[in-house]
Amino acid sequence: MKRYLQVVWAVLWKDMRVEWRTKDSFTSMAVFAVLALLIFNFAFELNVPDKRMVVPGVLWVAVAFAGVLGLGRAFITEKDQGSLAGLLLAPVDRSAIYLGKMLSNFLFILIVEAFILPLLTIFFNVTVIIPSLLLVLFLGTLGFAAVGTVFSALAVNTRAREVLLPVLLFPVLLPVLIAGIRATSGFLVGDTLADHANWLRLIIFFDILFLVVAFLTFDYVVEE
Amino acid sequence: MNRSKGLTILNTLSFIAIMVALYLALIQAPDATNIVPEIRPAQRIIYFHVPSAWVSMLAFFVTFVASILYLRYDSLRWDIWARSSAEIGIAFTAATIISGSIWAKPAWNTWWTWDPRLTTYTIVLLLYIAYFMLRGSIDEPSRQARFASVYGIFAFLSVPLTFMSIRWWNTIHPVILDPRADFGLGAGMTQIFIFTNLAFSLLFVTLLANRIQLEWGAERVAALRERLQG
Repeated sequence: MKRYLQVVWAVLWKDMRVEWRTKDSFTSMAVFAVLALLIFNFAFELNVPDKRMVVPGVLWVAVAFAGVLGLGRAFITEKDQGSLAGLLLAPVDRSAIYLGKMLSNFLFILIVEAFILPLLTIFFNVTVIIPSLLLVLFLGTLGFAAVGTVFSALAVNTRAREVLLPVLLFPVLLPVLIAGIRATSGFLVGDTLADHANWLRLIIFFDILFLVVAFLTFDYVVEE
Repeated sequence: MNRSKGLTILNTLSFIAIMVALYLALIQAPDATNIVPEIRPAQRIIYFHVPSAWVSMLAFFVTFVASILYLRYDSLRWDIWARSSAEIGIAFTAATIISGSIWAKPAWNTWWTWDPRLTTYTIVLLLYIAYFMLRGSIDEPSRQARFASVYGIFAFLSVPLTFMSIRWWNTIHPVILDPRADFGLGAGMTQIFIFTNLAFSLLFVTLLANRIQLEWGAERVAALRERLQG
């Protein structure tokens, strides 16, 4: 067990260090997210009586699009540099590699979210930093990373590569997006966690279900 | 030879079943009495729309199970089952959406609403289009089968969650699948409704059997060609 966690940590730490030195993913994700906020601002500003009606959608769509951008890169550099083969040759459990990759993707998206939440508050003049909202965002992002990491590994081995990723990912991810947007709009108008327990349960169920399926299937995705 | 004889019998049987279903649904079935007269003919779409929906889900379920079996046993047979069934599923999903849309115009006075079932079916269609896009962009057969199997499992499992999540919005779609209340149908309609469902299921089995047979033929041709060239 200890060894397993060491592998997870090693993969996670490697990704963090690579990202810290290149800042490739984070920069593109963050800039993209800001662009999305700006575009949404122009798309909706003129005809909405209350900003809180659009902010949940803006937040989740910006996160989803920025996240898919980062996920797309998760395995591309590994593949192109040949380091994926190295990872797979290591005598370790493949699911530990999955978990490490998943956690690094999860962390990257969380960091981007930490970056855009204050911006959203400023641009749209709506306080989005609410504990219950952060919780639902956290849980939704976990499901996003859980499924996204597997699909990213799928997409990198196809001819279409990152073009295919959103097409594969978004239809599967839809329940999380719907639940997240609904719960977020509730929390913005002052609802409590208990008011949206069904949405939270749905996201938690999604997270658990797809983490388990990902654990079971990741082996087949990276098998050569 | 024996196999193709079996196929001929199956083909004939489902042709007869579908013809009988057509007769029953269009001529034999009584008019619905609990709706305004103008939309009574449109109500008959239930005998095609619901069976199509049922068959598409059945087809994707077969794909789901075949995908698991492929990953488990690594046998070409299950990949052929998975992709053949998914193809049929896409056709019936499209039939479901289109027939529903035609019915919705007289009944709800709109071609389209963001009702849970409509939306879920559209997502399902997109899921399995993505499934074939994934297949299409991988050349190596064994990898294609492996990846498609993984995606087939994820896709199928997400459908009930999608449906649940959209359902928690208001729905105007009639809730039909309630066997305790005779599926919400009147006298003389229930039996026909069940028969059309069975006929469509038989049609599904027939299409799947033909499709699988065709795929095996294609595999044989590919193998022969390789031997001739190599």
